[in-house]
Amino acid sequence: MNRSPYITNAPSVSIIMLKVLLALVPGIFAYAWVYGGGIFVTITLATATALVSEAVLLKIRQRAIRPYLSDLSAVVTAWLLALALPPLAPWWLVVVGTFFAIVIAKQLYGGLGYNPFNPAMVGYAVLLISFPIIMTKWPAPLMLAQTKLGFMDQLQFIFGNVLPTNVKIDAITSATPLDYLKTQLMLKHEVSSITEAPIFGTFGAKGGELVTAAYLLGGLYLLQQRIISWHLPTAFLGVLATMSLAFYAVNPAHFANPLFHLMSGASILCAFFIITDPISGPTTPRGKLYFAAGVAVITYLIRVYGGYPDGVAFAVLLMNMCVPLIDAHTQPRVFGHQKD
Amino acid sequence: MNAIIQFATKLIRGQAAEAATAGIHKFNGGVHPDGHKQESTTHPIAKLAIPEKLVLPLRQHVGYIPKIKVQVGDHVLKGQMLAEAEGTVSAAIHAPTSGTITAIREEIIPHPSGLPDMCITLTPDGKDTWGSLRPVDWRNTDKKELVASLRASGIVGLGGATFPTHIKVRADGKSHVHTLVINAAECEPYITCDDMLMRERADEIVNGIEIVKFLLGAENCIVGIEDNKPEAIVAMTKACKALVDTSVKVVPTLYPSGDARRLIHLVSGIEIPHDKRSTDVGVQVFNVATVLAIYRYFAFGEPAVGRIVTMTGSVNQPQNFEVLFGTPLQSLIDAAGGTKAGTSHFIMGGPMMGFDLPTINIPITKAANCIIAATPDLFAPPPPAMPCIRCARCADACPVNLQPQELYWFSKSDNFEKARDYKLFDCIECGCCSYVCPSNIPLVQYYRYAKSEIIAADKAQEAADLARERNEFRLARIEREKLERAQKHAERAASGKAEAGKVDAVQTEETKINSTQAEAAKPTAAPVADDAKKAAIAAAVERAKALKATAAKTETTPTGTKEILPKATSAANKPADDEQAKKDKQALIAAAIERAKAQKLAAAHTGLAPKNVENISPALQAEISEIDAIREKAKQAVETKDSD
Repeated sequence: MNRSPYITNAPSVSIIMLKVLLALVPGIFAYAWVYGGGIFVTITLATATALVSEAVLLKIRQRAIRPYLSDLSAVVTAWLLALALPPLAPWWLVVVGTFFAIVIAKQLYGGLGYNPFNPAMVGYAVLLISFPIIMTKWPAPLMLAQTKLGFMDQLQFIFGNVLPTNVKIDAITSATPLDYLKTQLMLKHEVSSITEAPIFGTFGAKGGELVTAAYLLGGLYLLQQRIISWHLPTAFLGVLATMSLAFYAVNPAHFANPLFHLMSGASILCAFFIITDPISGPTTPRGKLYFAAGVAVITYLIRVYGGYPDGVAFAVLLMNMCVPLIDAHTQPRVFGHQKD
Repeated sequence: MNAIIQFATKLIRGQAAEAATAGIHKFNGGVHPDGHKQESTTHPIAKLAIPEKLVLPLRQHVGYIPKIKVQVGDHVLKGQMLAEAEGTVSAAIHAPTSGTITAIREEIIPHPSGLPDMCITLTPDGKDTWGSLRPVDWRNTDKKELVASLRASGIVGLGGATFPTHIKVRADGKSHVHTLVINAAECEPYITCDDMLMRERADEIVNGIEIVKFLLGAENCIVGIEDNKPEAIVAMTKACKALVDTSVKVVPTLYPSGDARRLIHLVSGIEIPHDKRSTDVGVQVFNVATVLAIYRYFAFGEPAVGRIVTMTGSVNQPQNFEVLFGTPLQSLIDAAGGTKAGTSHFIMGGPMMGFDLPTINIPITKAANCIIAATPDLFAPPPPAMPCIRCARCADACPVNLQPQELYWFSKSDNFEKARDYKLFDCIECGCCSYVCPSNIPLVQYYRYAKSEIIAADKAQEAADLARERNEFRLARIEREKLERAQKHAERAASGKAEAGKVDAVQTEETKINSTQAEAAKPTAAPVADDAKKAAIAAAVERAKALKATAAKTETTPTGTKEILPKATSAANKPADDEQAKKDKQALIAAAIERAKAQKLAAAHTGLAPKNVENISPALQAEISEIDAIREKAKQAVETKDSD
């Protein structure tokens, strides 16, 4: 029996997923610093829901539970979804979203390796469509909030929707910069005057840009570890920057500058952690460029013209649909063959 | 930044990034497995003592098995031919030492299947007496003679492919080989036999290069060596100075740079089209050890009787040995100081492309470049495979630039047509994809499975085609025989009548023939001409029509049908007189046959009659030629299969 090669040198799926989780850690801590410790609760909730629902589904599907749980892919999905949700999201929102991501978007399609759509983004999109108000109501960063909630207060809010007495909900929430920009532009304000509002930081959202920077750090680590290829983030950020630059150049009063687009919303998280999901993405180098470029274009269009403040989730899902087509048409030239 | 952009554009264009290093043309992917080459290079090549028994499998090369020339009990001398090359692609087997043939029977051979095959057993007499050695003055001998002589040398490609060498130096008259590439990359881990050979016998190798260059008529020679063999590089560079237009090119250590097509690309930049051979673009590749064997054969008359084998892995003293073919593996293991504790089995070849030996009781053959004593520690059994996560690491590692993850998907789902579309047959089974797979999927096994399934399906299809062809031919023959009987009948009936142009009987007969046909077509049966001339013309027209229809219907017009045409024309042109009654008669009979044929054809269009009535021909010769044609076709089909 010929079973060569006898040697391998590859990180296991678990190691790859573990490194992705590791790369998210700086972002999570930055998040906690900006929005409070509630994020740890959200992440724990999402992780628990993901593991339990994955185990139940594996049991129902009569698959081995231990190897599939220990591949950590469910945990990655849970963390990404948790980070995409608004801080202080009620517990049931986290549970419903994670459940949907794992059960419907992943296991019902055949589990690891078979899901055509990014599970975290499916979960996010379902929540965004079902509960638009909760999903777009972000608490203000602690540095801007009139009242700062302690960890226990956040815990109570997440599980009981209870705020400390004499604190009103408006006191802790504010619009996100992307949302604010959109509504203010509709009121015929100019970008330069809008961005003078306190919620704007140097590049993107005040506080939010810090989290984004931490994501960038984690993303660079993934690149360095060769967990992700350079194609996806480069093409995504490049096209997003180019597109926003073109619009900005035409009418700087009406369109935000490229740096703002790169550093706000989920741009960086998307570039390094979401579109880099290999299962729902394309496999060819050229395909990755097209895919990422497509996500960037759709994201920008939704941000500027669409009904939602950020468009990453929908852009990723739409491009997921195109993956088989992209792969089929971007096959590299095989050695010894002419270019098709 | 510029570098990044350049890199990106190259990838966008779907090309592998080309290295800036001078003269080396990189290929996509490749992997860097641990070399493990130091272990077996600490000691020089040692000559292994003649064992007590040599078992020589007849199948040690690619191609037909050779014909045995000896019998049990024969005493043979060293170098004496035991089996002669038979057919084009075949290689002879020689006695590795002097002794007695003690058995010719099936024994286990070193093959992944573990199945037994015919072997000649030689019991050495210990004297190691050479038979008559006939060196060849190759410089002053006709090339054709040299190639013929090489056919009797038993030399095959010693890099592991074991393709008979005389085929590779044979001029095919189509292409001129301008460059000889010597494959000394030895990219597989653990294997060091070529490395040691170059360190110790560089001069002999270069002598061999000179001969092969001469045989091929090649102007240049490039020796490709991986940069992890500095001693070999020094030795070969020095030795190559003796030859003009022969140079050593150092290639980066990257598995599988020793693959012939990859190596040619590395050293020359020539990318051999997938459907062509290297000689089509003027390049031929030889392994260093093969070249040395050619030198020994021409300079000293020594045929292929042994080779250098690396014995490494879990043995006490890993080393390279010069081993006689047929030597039991156990002798080699003993010479290497025996196995260490925990040795579970043996691998022949390297860890990337080798295979498990079925048992320890196997002989060393021409293909055995390396034997690795394996332990579970050295080669851990792979963990259970996980689903593919489409990470495309395999695609990044594939030296052929395939999409292994797609091929896996198609192979797994038995979607073989798609697998073929995605160039499955360009896969060289190097194992790079499995090497880097995080999910531990045995990718290469999936490809081997898919390839064998496709080949089997193709073979079955071919056999079915052949069977159908035979059946159609049989039906045609039955039909023709029936008509021939009718013809004879008609002739007999006609000869019974008056000879002076009275054709009524024939006409009656003809009508009879027509009525015997199930779908007797009235329009042709009714107007039987009184005039023989008219009949002949009508027949000719009919024939022409039938022929046209036949030609339009079938791609391969049988030779018999073609022959009718000139005859028919001549029959129509010749005026039939009363004096030429005989000719008239013949024409009429022919007309009857043709009409029947035309009817059949018409019926065939409506799906009522058997197919292939177009084969009907009165000429017996046509039948013979058809049979010959089919036999020839069958033979060719078998031959092409075999030579593959």
